[in-house]
Amino acid sequence: MLFLADFSVIKPDFGLLFWSTIFFLIFWLLIGRFAFKGIANGLKERARSIQESLDEAKKARVEMQNLVSENEQLLAQAREERAQILREAKEAKDQIIAEARDRAKAEGQLLINNAKEAIENLKNEAMVDVKNKAGLLALEVAERVLRKELSNDDAQVNYVQTLLKEIK
Amino acid sequence: MYKYLIILLSLLAVQATSYASPEDTTHTHNALHESGDHSHGACGIEHETEFDAGSTALHHIADANVYSIGPFNLPLPCFLYVPTEGWYVFSSSKFDIGHHGTGHKAINGFVLDGGTVRRVADESFPKTEVLVDGFKHSDVDGKFVSHVCYNGQLYLTDAKSTADFGVFGGGITSFYDFSLTKNSTSLLLMTILLIWVFMSVNAAYKKRKGKAPAGLQNFIEPIFIFIQDDVCKPFLGNKWEKYLPFIMSIFFFVLVLNFYGQIPFFGGANVTGNLAFTMVLAIIAFLVTNFSGNGHYWKHILWPPGVPLYVKVILVPVEIIGVFIKPLTLMLRLFANLTAGHLVILVFISLIFIFGNSGESVGASLGAAVGSFFLTMFMMAIELIVAFVQAFVFAILTASYIGAATEEAHH
Repeated sequence: MLFLADFSVIKPDFGLLFWSTIFFLIFWLLIGRFAFKGIANGLKERARSIQESLDEAKKARVEMQNLVSENEQLLAQAREERAQILREAKEAKDQIIAEARDRAKAEGQLLINNAKEAIENLKNEAMVDVKNKAGLLALEVAERVLRKELSNDDAQVNYVQTLLKEIK
Repeated sequence: MYKYLIILLSLLAVQATSYASPEDTTHTHNALHESGDHSHGACGIEHETEFDAGSTALHHIADANVYSIGPFNLPLPCFLYVPTEGWYVFSSSKFDIGHHGTGHKAINGFVLDGGTVRRVADESFPKTEVLVDGFKHSDVDGKFVSHVCYNGQLYLTDAKSTADFGVFGGGITSFYDFSLTKNSTSLLLMTILLIWVFMSVNAAYKKRKGKAPAGLQNFIEPIFIFIQDDVCKPFLGNKWEKYLPFIMSIFFFVLVLNFYGQIPFFGGANVTGNLAFTMVLAIIAFLVTNFSGNGHYWKHILWPPGVPLYVKVILVPVEIIGVFIKPLTLMLRLFANLTAGHLVILVFISLIFIFGNSGESVGASLGAAVGSFFLTMFMMAIELIVAFVQAFVFAILTASYIGAATEEAHH
């Protein structure tokens, strides 16, 4: 078939060779240096920041979990301490009550003892009194008896005789 | 449902016109215009009345010194160098661009044929601004030859010099074209777009540090990360950061230009389907690979260890050829895929004109339009995938070549 046109695209002409080289080199040197590197760095930077954010989020979650468990631990500890404090308080109370009771008891005893002693003393005094009174009474009686008896001399001399005899 | 179908069909019709109408209408228009304006037929130029899908497709994938979007021809600056005469700098609007990118005027011996600047080397051709009568295309031993008709005489025109050294039928001719062509302009526009996009995205990374991506940044980021994590990191090992800008540059450059060439109604600049562009990328990839090559890499090429001598005799030449084959395949793969895609879409759309017999049979044209609609939509969908895949493949292969060249010895 007769083509009355030229298959010119297969013949590289110098003009297009020249301009292609110029434009490609300009594009490569300009954009390669100033844009592609910047874009690649921007992407890298973003990938890094996203990774960092993910890592941080993960770390924060772990920390949060740690915090929660720590809180729980603290709570349990506090609860235990409270229980212990209550227990100790109760013990102290019991002890104080027991001590008070003991002291009261001891003091009561002391009072009773003192009372007993006082009573004994009073009793002794009373006995001494009674004995003194009885002695006086006996003396009075004896005086009165002796006064009556000694009115009769004979009898008196006899009695004195007997007494003397006994003393001897 | 019908409403959508009608909208789509009308869209296709507009698109078909935008793709194929220059070729289709040029000849009728040219014939009318030329028979009316100038004495014509003196050079015996016969205008093809039959629609030629092949020429149409080749014309539309070619680079041009004019940017045609629909019926508009945006002129582009011409920087032309003739070794014996020096530089010529002017706007391609001076050619008085008509349909099909054909210039009605010759400037200093330069003419615009099918959107491309050609030069009349003949000394007798006037070196000023003159009106020309048209072009005569012929096929001499499978080679495309174009003559310009001036003053009732045919002059042979030279194509611009190409760097294929005759392999693909080009070679060094009487002039060099360093113009900002349709492809170069697209390159310029896309370079500016990419620089703006990546500068603002980079600024967003600084401004929105530690925040979620937004807007343009959000759009670029998944693609960037995809190339970074699935191309650079696995292939380049711990040196990925050093080569990341290069791989990214290749990927985004190819990707954006692939997509740009596929925007309908936008001229369809076939930059990545032009061998010159893929050659530049392949040569740069070759240089980067081999300049990064360490002792381990060169030792494995020049004196593979643990291989008997008689195997080395075969292996070493193969390895050395392989060093050059790698960028060569990079160059051809991208070029062939994109050119093929553009050609297939253009040919599918040309079906409408082939069946319609250049406007003679409207019924057949409509029938073909329906068929062509589905074929073209399918092909465009495939081409969108190809655009991404080829950019990805170029990047991943470049990364793997560099990775192989910088790999540390591990045995």
